[in-house]
Amino acid sequence: MNSLFFRMTDICKSYWMGDEWSPVLKNIDLTIQEGEFLSVLGPSGSGKSTLMNIIGCLDTPTSGEYILHGRRVDDLDADELSQIRNKEIGFIFQSFQLLPRQDALSNVELPLIYAGMPQHKRRERAAEMLERVGLADKMYHRPNQLSGGQQQRVAIARALATNPTILLADEPTGALDQKTGRQVMELFHELHDEGRTIIMITHDRAIAQNASRMVRILDGEISEGVADDA
Amino acid sequence: MLKESFRMSISNILSNKMRSFLTILGIIIGVMAIIALITVMESATGEVTAQFESLGTGKLTIQASGTPLKRGLSEKDLNDIAALENVEGYSPTLSKTLHVVHQGHVVEDVTIKGYSHDYFRRESDSIARGRPILPADSENRSRVCLIDSDLAAAAFSGVDPIGQEILINGMRFSIVGLLADPEVDDVFSQMQMMGENGSLIIPHATYMRVFGVKGVTSLEVYAKDPDNMSTLTEELETLLDAAFNYKDDSYSIINMESLLSVMDTMMDLMTNLLVGIASIALLVGGIGIMNMMLVSVTERTSEIGLRKALGARPRSIQVQFLMESVILSLLGGAIGVALGEVVSVILSDVMSIAFVFSPGAVALGVSFSLAVGVIFGWAPARKASNLNPIDALRSM
Repeated sequence: MNSLFFRMTDICKSYWMGDEWSPVLKNIDLTIQEGEFLSVLGPSGSGKSTLMNIIGCLDTPTSGEYILHGRRVDDLDADELSQIRNKEIGFIFQSFQLLPRQDALSNVELPLIYAGMPQHKRRERAAEMLERVGLADKMYHRPNQLSGGQQQRVAIARALATNPTILLADEPTGALDQKTGRQVMELFHELHDEGRTIIMITHDRAIAQNASRMVRILDGEISEGVADDA
Repeated sequence: MLKESFRMSISNILSNKMRSFLTILGIIIGVMAIIALITVMESATGEVTAQFESLGTGKLTIQASGTPLKRGLSEKDLNDIAALENVEGYSPTLSKTLHVVHQGHVVEDVTIKGYSHDYFRRESDSIARGRPILPADSENRSRVCLIDSDLAAAAFSGVDPIGQEILINGMRFSIVGLLADPEVDDVFSQMQMMGENGSLIIPHATYMRVFGVKGVTSLEVYAKDPDNMSTLTEELETLLDAAFNYKDDSYSIINMESLLSVMDTMMDLMTNLLVGIASIALLVGGIGIMNMMLVSVTERTSEIGLRKALGARPRSIQVQFLMESVILSLLGGAIGVALGEVVSVILSDVMSIAFVFSPGAVALGVSFSLAVGVIFGWAPARKASNLNPIDALRSM
């Protein structure tokens, strides 16, 4: 079971560019153990966004096998992918992606609505998650009443809400200044220490080095570790 | 899930109050027009029907212009009509305007009517005080009359007119009764009261003798069985054809009930036509909703992407957007119904007809707006549910 926690085998993704197929991901093999903190480092255009979409089940690969939490997820339909995203993936976006008209608590509740949890339980769970990221006193604040760092912590609380298999972060510090970026990274370390599996996608080597393991993606190909000149 | 969609829709509609209001304005106007039109038409139809019915059912009116040799119905014809199997009675409706004199005081412009005792037997509540015209009065051509309150006021200020005498065409008539004021102030009774200073009724036989009338040109015939008007009509036709020597256009028989049904049909047609026109406003309103929903989907592309990333199924997104357009149009429908009722009450008042609440109109307005919400919300909701979450998230 442990070996099948997260395994990508020979994943390819190509896009039809009008007259020919353009490969974006080439024969990706990637295995992650439960509880790992992995960073995927790559410049823009390297295919890291496409990889993130496939890891996050927002997209399906052209070919290859993807096993997540013991289940093949590379050929599911839209409804099944929705369920996988809801249960298995906790998304953390660069631009936070909070609903501007809803308070922090409602934002954290959002994935729980789609998980079909009754309202009183949702509120309880959302409040618990906000407490966990240190925002117990900001539950009824709207995103525009929160700082960037606080907004990202609301987003992290939201990602944690459904207790997903992996936390998938896309440039989580990209929109933050150095100091708040460091605070967010500290929170990632804490979550890692609690046993969470984290996949972080970034182009920033300093940020990537927070992870316990690093892979590099370049021109759609993945390599373990980071070359010194990166 | 539906509860959540409902909550989210409400919060979105409220966060764009002005835009939501402008969007549903078309629906409001459309539903308002439908409600007001149907309600007013139904009220008016009810009013006119009531007026027709107050003229009496179970009765035919004969207009007999006669032939050059024979003007109107003779007394013999009247007796023949009275002898018909299905005839309960008849009354000529004779009238003319003349002055009357009471103790040397002349009252101008009084309508003198000649009716039969059968008229009073049918319309027993047309008498306020005193006695009606009796069969004996017709037989003896008695000089008796019943006067209405206007004439009583004009000729007998303060004095009880019953038992008094009045001069009509120079002849002495005794007043035996006082006519009741008509209950409804309707057009027909106004038409019957042409004289400015009121009216009085004398026995038709007396009228014919006093004024030298040989032929009755207008006659009401009362049926024994109000449900069997067609037999009565046939009987009358046979009799009148013979009486007028089979000459075309010498008479016509008017059945109030057949007029009534013709009018009902026309009112229905009119209502349908007006509702059809009002539905165009509803259609335009629906297009307004569709437009706003499409804008909303475009504006909220990233929100849709986020919801999908967090596990919303295409169906949940579709339900949410459909719910929003249905709530919008139902809201418009509800406001439209309320305003429509207000407009109906005002219009009924202006047209001085009785306002009749029409549950059918409300049901129609609500179901129309519901249908508009579903039909015009479907395409935008579908579009939202089919958005690719990756593209949707990237649109940030």
